Amino acid sequence: MFAYCADPATLDTLPWLSCFLTTGVHFAFYAAFIKVVLLLAITAPVALAFGFAGAMTARSRILPVSWLGKGYISIVRGVPDIAFFLFFVIALDQGFEYLRHVVLCPDWDQPVRQGNDFLVCPAAKLPLGTAPEWQHEFYGFFLAVITFALVFGAFAANVLYGAMRSVPRGQMETAEAYGMSRRQAFWRIMVPQMWVYALPGLSNLWMVLVKATPLLFLLGVEDIVYWARELGGTKTPRFTDYPHGDWRMWYFLALLVFYLAFTRVSEVLLERLNTRLSRGQSTITKRAGA
Amino acid sequence: MKNLILTAAAFSLAAGLAQAQTVRMGTEGAYPPYNFINDAGEIDGFERELGDELCARAELDCEWVKNDWDSIIPNLVSGNYDTIIAGMSITDERDEVIDFTQDYYPPTASAYAAASEGADIEGGVVAAQTATIQAAHVAESGATLLEYATPEETVAAVRNGEADAVFADKDYLVPIVEESGGDLMFVGDDVPLGGGIGMGLRESDTELKEKFNAAITSMKEDGSLNKLLKKWFGDETTVYE
Repeated sequence: MFAYCADPATLDTLPWLSCFLTTGVHFAFYAAFIKVVLLLAITAPVALAFGFAGAMTARSRILPVSWLGKGYISIVRGVPDIAFFLFFVIALDQGFEYLRHVVLCPDWDQPVRQGNDFLVCPAAKLPLGTAPEWQHEFYGFFLAVITFALVFGAFAANVLYGAMRSVPRGQMETAEAYGMSRRQAFWRIMVPQMWVYALPGLSNLWMVLVKATPLLFLLGVEDIVYWARELGGTKTPRFTDYPHGDWRMWYFLALLVFYLAFTRVSEVLLERLNTRLSRGQSTITKRAGA
Repeated sequence: MKNLILTAAAFSLAAGLAQAQTVRMGTEGAYPPYNFINDAGEIDGFERELGDELCARAELDCEWVKNDWDSIIPNLVSGNYDTIIAGMSITDERDEVIDFTQDYYPPTASAYAAASEGADIEGGVVAAQTATIQAAHVAESGATLLEYATPEETVAAVRNGEADAVFADKDYLVPIVEESGGDLMFVGDDVPLGGGIGMGLRESDTELKEKFNAAITSMKEDGSLNKLLKKWFGDETTVYE
């Protein structure tokens, strides 16, 4: 990075550190922070949308549709996260490729499963085998977003389902008395009011989601925990210009600070949001937010 | 406009050419000197250099991919990359699931490293990486096996006293023991394990396997493989005759 970094062994502590912290691997580490924040920023709204859809289906008056929503909620909530992250992603990936295989290569005569191997035609590969590495990484990131959204969406669905039922019955009756249809009453009366009941549960979920991001490495996305372990490990002079002992403690300390700061900022913002949503509502909801 | 069409045609042609040749090489990136991440953040090491040379000889276009050791075989058979080149010893158990090329690293010794001369390697606690031949060997030896996900952690376990000794490929341990300044030492005898190290491929990928086999043979014949072995593992290392 800097000109004086050519021979790090001769440097004093501070310049050495400035060189050490600006190596290519360290930039990969810093980029991983952006990756994590980006994942959260994309996953949270998608998970909320999954949750909303799940809650709406679960409330449906048509029995099979309601079963579908309730099934989604209870199945995903019941399966351990780690099982989801280990197997579901490979299954999802193979599912996509199999669909593309059927559509794109109708003439393919070999079986897709040969012993342990999963073989689709080259044109059905996702991304294509010839695609540059960033596309593979983007695809991995996309799978991670879907998996996270699906898992957290089920929890959000349960929270929203409860919140919808917490809106006082009198509000809905009044809406009906004014001649609103079910749909109108739902969108105009229930949805604006339910958020305040949902917020405590959703803010919990957000915190859990923030702390679940290290699961990213299971999905092949190199996250901050992976890099902290990799960079902090003992390095012998033979393979690096910057040999050091076991520094994992310092790297994990940096992660600790990052996660604490992140969750603290979230807390403050969620608190503000809660105050705002409670405006003009009965005081019970204010206690629920505390 | 004409230019645009020409460029587009050139691109699709290039893509068509590359299609037949791109091979994704999966490695762990945490096992120096076989494979590791260098200061610039790139995959480096004996296998990086070997793999690039093999691809050049086999006229393949290779792309390097990093993957966690635990899921390195499932991701190969599922088609996320085409080869494993990650210091993987050829064993019967693995051979049932995937195929191996001929060995590019002769069958070698594994060794115990410990913090003191008197470490109990037969009845004590021995650290090894999960799903390795070394872990299997420790489990059978009567010692208590302590498994870790990465090689780095197995050595750290000995340093902080969680394990009495670590059992790993000797080539991995040699630089660590030498640089430890006397903190770590080899104990007991070396143990020959495995059938050498080879590249792992899907069982259905026989054509690719033949290409790599031919490239490895040509590197063995002209001595360039031995040169690489000496460069990365020192002059003392076992080479091919």
